Amino acid sequence: MKARSRNVIPGFGLTMGYTIVYLSLIALIPLSTIFLKTAGMGWHRFWTVIVSPRVVAAYELSIGASLAGAIINSVFGFIVAWTLVRYRFPAKSIVDSLVDLPFALPASVAGITLTAIYSENGWIGRLLKPLGMKVAFTPLGVIVALTFIGLPFVVRTVQPVLQDLERELEEAAATLGASRLQTFRRVIAPALMPAVITGFALAFARALGEYGSVVFISGNMPMHTEVLPLLIMAKLEQFDYQGATAIALVMLVTSFAMLFLINLLQRRSAVRHAAG
Amino acid sequence: MSIEVSNIRKAFGSFVALDGMSLKIETGELVALLGPSGSGKTTLLRIIAGLEIPDSGAVHLGGMEATERSTQERGVGFVFQHYALFRHMTVFENVAFGLRVRPRRSRPSGDQIRARVNELLKLMQLEWAGPRYPSQLSGGQRQRVALARALAVEPRVLLLDEPFGALDAKVREELRQWLRRLHEELHLTGVFVTHDQEEALEVATRVAVLNNGRIEQVGTPEELYHRPATPFVSGFLGNVNLFHGRIQDGRVYIRGMPISVHNGEARKGADGDRAMVYVRPHLLDIQLVPNGKGSFPATVLHINAAGPRVKVELTTQWGDAVRVEIDHDRMLELKLKPDARVYLSPRENRVFTYQI
Amino acid sequence: MPQDEAVFGRPPVSYGDARARMRHATSEAAWARILIAGTALLFLGVFLIIPLVAVFTEALRQGVRVYIAAITNAEARSAIRLTLLTASIAVPLNVVFGLAASWAITRFEFRGKNLLTTLIDLPFAVSPVISGMIFVLLFGAQGLLGDWLAAHDLRIIFAVPGIVMATIFVTFPFVARELIPVMEAAGTEEEQAALTLGASGWQAFFRITLPNVKWGLLYGVVICNARAMGEFGAVSVVSGHIRGLTNTMPLYVEILYNDYDFAASFAVASLLTSLALVTMVAKRIVGGSIRYEALLEGTGDEMEHKAV
Repeated sequence: MKARSRNVIPGFGLTMGYTIVYLSLIALIPLSTIFLKTAGMGWHRFWTVIVSPRVVAAYELSIGASLAGAIINSVFGFIVAWTLVRYRFPAKSIVDSLVDLPFALPASVAGITLTAIYSENGWIGRLLKPLGMKVAFTPLGVIVALTFIGLPFVVRTVQPVLQDLERELEEAAATLGASRLQTFRRVIAPALMPAVITGFALAFARALGEYGSVVFISGNMPMHTEVLPLLIMAKLEQFDYQGATAIALVMLVTSFAMLFLINLLQRRSAVRHAAG
Repeated sequence: MSIEVSNIRKAFGSFVALDGMSLKIETGELVALLGPSGSGKTTLLRIIAGLEIPDSGAVHLGGMEATERSTQERGVGFVFQHYALFRHMTVFENVAFGLRVRPRRSRPSGDQIRARVNELLKLMQLEWAGPRYPSQLSGGQRQRVALARALAVEPRVLLLDEPFGALDAKVREELRQWLRRLHEELHLTGVFVTHDQEEALEVATRVAVLNNGRIEQVGTPEELYHRPATPFVSGFLGNVNLFHGRIQDGRVYIRGMPISVHNGEARKGADGDRAMVYVRPHLLDIQLVPNGKGSFPATVLHINAAGPRVKVELTTQWGDAVRVEIDHDRMLELKLKPDARVYLSPRENRVFTYQI
Repeated sequence: MPQDEAVFGRPPVSYGDARARMRHATSEAAWARILIAGTALLFLGVFLIIPLVAVFTEALRQGVRVYIAAITNAEARSAIRLTLLTASIAVPLNVVFGLAASWAITRFEFRGKNLLTTLIDLPFAVSPVISGMIFVLLFGAQGLLGDWLAAHDLRIIFAVPGIVMATIFVTFPFVARELIPVMEAAGTEEEQAALTLGASGWQAFFRITLPNVKWGLLYGVVICNARAMGEFGAVSVVSGHIRGLTNTMPLYVEILYNDYDFAASFAVASLLTSLALVTMVAKRIVGGSIRYEALLEGTGDEMEHKAV
């Protein structure tokens, strides 16, 4: 790879070399084992695993619960971002910092805490019981956990865009006679939509792969509350490496696709953000 | 529609932007609010538009109290300094916006909207731009779109906030003429904010000079330039030379040289009072010998003959910098060269003196 | 232009009574504001504040003495030690990587730069379970290198090296991702100036680059450390859960919980939560510093335009 360096700054060879070696050793080579293992499995075996009923049930739950969590986060995350940027209230700075909690908190801590809260005699579980709603050890619990860990993504993606939104656009709409609601629908929302979508995609992708926060509250019941990462773990514990690897490959391919999609979204919204 | 602001006061924290300002703008005028940064001109404009709420004072639009009406209700067209065009809408949609958000009852039909938008785009010479996005247009074009958008809703008054500030000199010139022509054709009442005195003097029918939240003077461009009421207005409009002098026997003496003055406040001054003398560059005459009526010596530093008139920079024997404007013929007549020693005297009696 | 944002519908005090009804052109009606802010705070209260409080409440449920015992017994100490050891290896290695990668990416143009940047984001796209699994597939008894390792009597999986490697994999993007935008924003002019004055590449790096990016670097270290100490899924796969030997604190929390030793579990969890809180505070401080410095370097023009 020949570098047409921008200038005469030295160090390309050294830094590039180190970066590539490090990446290969710690990431690329280990990741390749997945592909190697599945290659050695043969197509038929691979296919049987990834369409078996238990796995399919896990797909449904994983995708469904992740989608639900991401949607909830898109709606409420937008509202939170709006509140943090546009309104003033006491302790706002603390609340703003708190949004990062799901990101900073270890997954197992989140997992046991959410389980404690939403189990039948937990603080919230207790309130929902008379309504006939059971959260812990049900798919609903999985959704709650995935909502929790995705919370920062939409908020932090929307916040800077909302912050930079020129007030003058809203003023212009007001001088042209638009009501506040009309201004929101026609001027503000379209400008923020790319950020919301990016945040949604980030939350969704993260939720798909989440393990620690979910494993406690879900109960791991196959065909019922088992998400894909839990299923992989279950297979590993039974030393079914082939099965685990097959499912892992499906997850990896999906995640990589999502990663490229998200990068594309981020790049496009950055361009539009800067232009005009 | 006339605009009247009475005794407006507005402070941002401890910074007083407007200090009891009153101004009346008649229907059909194009008034410039002129002043340096921090003078309060944009604040005043925004208060008229309803985008800021004054701490005290009243706003009347068309004779009716408007201080408590929201921006949406005031029917003002506002053009922002950085256009504030809706980035995600086409030019057409931008201009149509005000018409589309009208309540169902008063909303024009799709065809009517289209007709009006096209009419305006044609007026701005931007018929081709309808389907384009703002990012595809130049600064001057974007400003014209912003104008068209504001005009689409047939506002009773047009407010412009430093409309040409962000544009190149040439484009600015063109758009100034645009604005003037537009004003003449549409007979709108217009108020625009600018810090560029040339722009204000060229475009407006009347100019209000603001400074530190107060109005220094309101008048036609001619009045302001030739009959400034305060030292600030003198100094702010056009080039001017400033001298310090003393009042004696009804005359002003600059460094011992008597200057004959017939206007300004020096008439009211007592002997010994200090005075500031403002002399426009074209009101100083250069001579090769002292005349008896009061002239003082100076040395030519630099001559700039690239322009309609010749601009000469000189320095007096006491080190004051002076600028004089003369005709090319006169320069040749005097055979002016750098380092020449000459004598300066005020031409006519339109030198302004202010008591300090 | 300073905007008058009323707090929850109460207009600023200086208005006269009649103006109390009027609101700013770009703010919502009071009821809308209350509804929106109320919803936001309710949502955050349920999802953030309740869990935060719950950790500490559950940890102290059986009293302070049990709490102290839970975090100071031998197994707990071993878990804490292992967690600290892992972080102390993973974080410095990732810092070096972060510096190298961000230097390469922000100082040079080359084909495949986008690919490299995407590759650095790789661990974000990989589920923690898979992150651990790949090392098992590589170094485990039946893994690609399993035989070789057995022959040399080396254990990686179900031992500390495996835990460290899995942690490195999961956390290597953090420092790089913090540094890249900061180094991009700092530009290369100062370094070029240093070079023209005769400095070597290393000197330019240590004396010019590092001080310029210190806040981004500091935050990168803080977040990398927090994730390294808190990683659960990947380490869970790789560690074999051998008590007293290969349990990090997050794993220890799980084990205690599965043993129904809830108070102890939450006690250890509370330590990790405190670390998370420290990380969040650090972000606030460092983030503020970054923004402050950017403000100082910002153009004066913008300030002028705002001041009428």
